[in-house]
Amino acid sequence: MTVLSVSNLSKIYGQSCGDCVEHTGSPVGGNQCPVCDSVVACADVDFELHDGEVLGIVGESGSGKSSLAEMLALESDATAGDVRYDAYGGNLLSADYRARHELRNEHIGMVHQHVQDGLELSFSGGGNVAEKLLAAGWRHYGDIRERVESLFRETEISVSRMDDATETYSGGMQRRVQIAKAIANDPGLVVLDEPTTGLDVSVQARVLDMFRRLQREQNVATVVVSHDLDVIRLLADRTLVMRHGRVIETGLTDRIMEDPHHEYTQTLINSVL
Amino acid sequence: MTDERAVGPVTDAESVEDLLDGVRDEGLAGYNYAYLDEHTKREVRRGVLKAIALPGHQVPFASREMPLARGWGTGGIQASLSLLGPEDTFKVIDQGSDESVNAANIRRLATRTADVETTTDATEASVIQTRHRIPEEVLDDEQILVLQVPITDPLRRVDGSDDANRQRHAHGNYSKMWVALYENVVEYGEIKLSSRYPVLVDDRYLMDPSPIPRWDVSKLDDADNLFLFAAGREARMYAVPPHTDVEPLAFDDRQFQVERFSEQACEYCSSEDTFLTEVETDDGNRRYACNDTAFCEKRQTDSELSKAHHREGTDHAWGPPTDPNVPYETDGDREEHRTADASRGEEE
Repeated sequence: MTVLSVSNLSKIYGQSCGDCVEHTGSPVGGNQCPVCDSVVACADVDFELHDGEVLGIVGESGSGKSSLAEMLALESDATAGDVRYDAYGGNLLSADYRARHELRNEHIGMVHQHVQDGLELSFSGGGNVAEKLLAAGWRHYGDIRERVESLFRETEISVSRMDDATETYSGGMQRRVQIAKAIANDPGLVVLDEPTTGLDVSVQARVLDMFRRLQREQNVATVVVSHDLDVIRLLADRTLVMRHGRVIETGLTDRIMEDPHHEYTQTLINSVL
Repeated sequence: MTDERAVGPVTDAESVEDLLDGVRDEGLAGYNYAYLDEHTKREVRRGVLKAIALPGHQVPFASREMPLARGWGTGGIQASLSLLGPEDTFKVIDQGSDESVNAANIRRLATRTADVETTTDATEASVIQTRHRIPEEVLDDEQILVLQVPITDPLRRVDGSDDANRQRHAHGNYSKMWVALYENVVEYGEIKLSSRYPVLVDDRYLMDPSPIPRWDVSKLDDADNLFLFAAGREARMYAVPPHTDVEPLAFDDRQFQVERFSEQACEYCSSEDTFLTEVETDDGNRRYACNDTAFCEKRQTDSELSKAHHREGTDHAWGPPTDPNVPYETDGDREEHRTADASRGEEE
């Protein structure tokens, strides 16, 4: 079953001259419009995401991965496009504030690249996770504590640290708190933006293992954005390769890794391997 | 440019008293009734009407400079002076007392410029300006309580950005405040915000009830009188009209609690059902006295005096615990509820 269907999704930063998409992309070697200086973060992105599937989005810095992730998680507005999500009837991008608020808090979870975007560091770890439940209308303190405790266990964070300020947590723990927060309301879609950036290799492996287990158990449709091909290889069933705000290649992750067709993808994979 | 109201012309004064008398008389002659010019009063009244129409919503108004410093009740006095007429009786309370310097000064300004009667009796006043307290005696639908407000937005406790907070109010998104309450319960076992307890007005806007103690918060709910809240520095006002639902935020299993004084009584009138001020004496002992001094004086002559003694009937609940005839949920009752909830949970 299709959970998410994206077509012609575009995001342009700045006052567009109207022809930015034509003036940018691989032929001109960049995504900044030479006429109006606007930046084309995404142009005409199309894909579908199915129930329980993990879609990887890979590309170099500035290729539009995070902009795409933020639009899918309703954290930022798109310039144009059509996004259909099975928990919402109609184009997700034209949802009003209340609908977006409800979708963000109950149906879509996001793990931000920068911890401070996803967590209030002065609140306790438990408080940060509780925020999602409170936003979804939970009003029983005992039930909230119980749910937060169970989420801490699921994401392998020590329950005894639940009431400590999040700023006292290690980087790996903060990332786990973000994941616990993202899955708190059993969303149908989780968006991970660079889930392991800034973590050392052993912590990266533990966070990824933990997420892979959760993803399998809950069968949640997931979009993983990363510049790290190993993360994509480990988590993603299918992969989109982005460059200059465009999707230049798409296919099963194994195929992309073993037999990349596009010249840029070949360079990307060769440079890592 | 010379001011005709200045001291200068009084040259034939024979004593300092004469000189001061001259200043006083000449000085007031140039002022409009109730100090503010008519345009300002209309502007404030328009703000008041809008605030009443949108209970709990913060309404901007053109706050003027007043002859007292910001933070000393400039918002409250503008609201009071815009409403007062010669027929009104005015009372000013400062943290429960009518006799503080600030209360006396505000009262004197109103007397001298608006020619109103003043009183210390809450039941006789038509307009009461107050800082940090709501009187113990029940107010009625002929009375207006004007509260001085230092901080208008309850969300500033959790986010310093007024811009972001206005968006939250517009969208009714108060989850950040709920997290702050969650954190409070984690720390203290119950919500123990000492003042400025966040309340939801008419099931719509989250409102800062000004720094009144939790004791007074429940008086806002379904009251007969109008509550006006005015902040001069922030140039904003808001209102709770009569018979409006005002609900303090609390969890289903962590109910709103008022301050407890562990069976203490007022040193002067022996009241146990009033908000008490705690004073630590030099010898380390603690003594308690009614915070509302005017009501305490009444209780000293009649210790059985009810808080609704001036009202007919007994169905006028006003804050915790009120008339003996009006049931109020005590801690004991809450404990029973909690036990009942817990056993229900086990059954499930």
